[in-house]
Amino acid sequence: MVPLWFYLVVSAALFAIGAYGALARRNAIAIVMSVELMLNAANINLVAFWRYLNPFEINGQIFAAFVFIVAAAEAAVGLALIISIYRSRQTVIVEDVNMLKW
Amino acid sequence: MEITWQTIAFAAFAVMTLGGGLMVVISRNLWHSALFLMLSLFGTSGLFVLLVAPFLAAVQVLVYIGAIAILVLFAIMLTRRMMGLEETQNTQWPAAAAVALVLFLILFVTVSPLVDEQWFKDIFGGDEKDSLGQRISRLNADLPVDTDERDENGELKVKPNDQLNFVTVEAIGEALVTRDGFVLPFELASILLTAALIGAIVVAREDEA
Repeated sequence: MVPLWFYLVVSAALFAIGAYGALARRNAIAIVMSVELMLNAANINLVAFWRYLNPFEINGQIFAAFVFIVAAAEAAVGLALIISIYRSRQTVIVEDVNMLKW
Repeated sequence: MEITWQTIAFAAFAVMTLGGGLMVVISRNLWHSALFLMLSLFGTSGLFVLLVAPFLAAVQVLVYIGAIAILVLFAIMLTRRMMGLEETQNTQWPAAAAVALVLFLILFVTVSPLVDEQWFKDIFGGDEKDSLGQRISRLNADLPVDTDERDENGELKVKPNDQLNFVTVEAIGEALVTRDGFVLPFELASILLTAALIGAIVVAREDEA
């Protein structure tokens, strides 16, 4: 069986990739995608720890399912905001959306 | 560690997840990014299958690939003028790469048993006998649910079916609607999702008049 830390390393790498994307991309949709990657990394961690530490309890899987729900809500609201910004400013580049900056 | 079909499948799905994820953040074409996101999500669902969470694997495909990734594709199409950007990374990308690399190294040192305990102690001190990674690595396969041991008749002690059934979809469904289980978080999550979707409609719809 694959040892637990393999999963943790994959999850850490996926999280780091997502963090890089969220920090470095200019397009807001790409940032949303990077955040999805980070949520996925967290989910891999949750399920892996559930599987190796406490596989007969159900809470690990339930927790991962709640992460799905939050991810869906986040994607829906985030993309709605992006479309709304695009409609009023004709851009989805985050640096160009600086009305709240002083 | 011997190479089994499980190890090979893990490697394949891990490469799929990480390669897809990497292409999401470095691809210049946003449309390709979204397609690679689907690949990465599919790899994650494969990892869930290996972790014996078939319900989550199915939900991953249905909700993530079927709904969220498609939603992203629609958002890209609605903002299509933005796809042909020359500069896809902002000017601070070297700093972002450094942050991501340092984050990964910290997490790797923490979870991996490859880091020698003496080396770890020399830098960080502490009187723990082992590093955290070594303690994590001992959590391996001594679970009753995953053993290749056979009894005297040569039969597997734990049948493959037993492994697959230790948390059933039925049990998950029951836990979500019983008072001893997770009915309150479940209802809260429903309210969150409803509010988010209504909010999304309100934010994204065109102003009439």
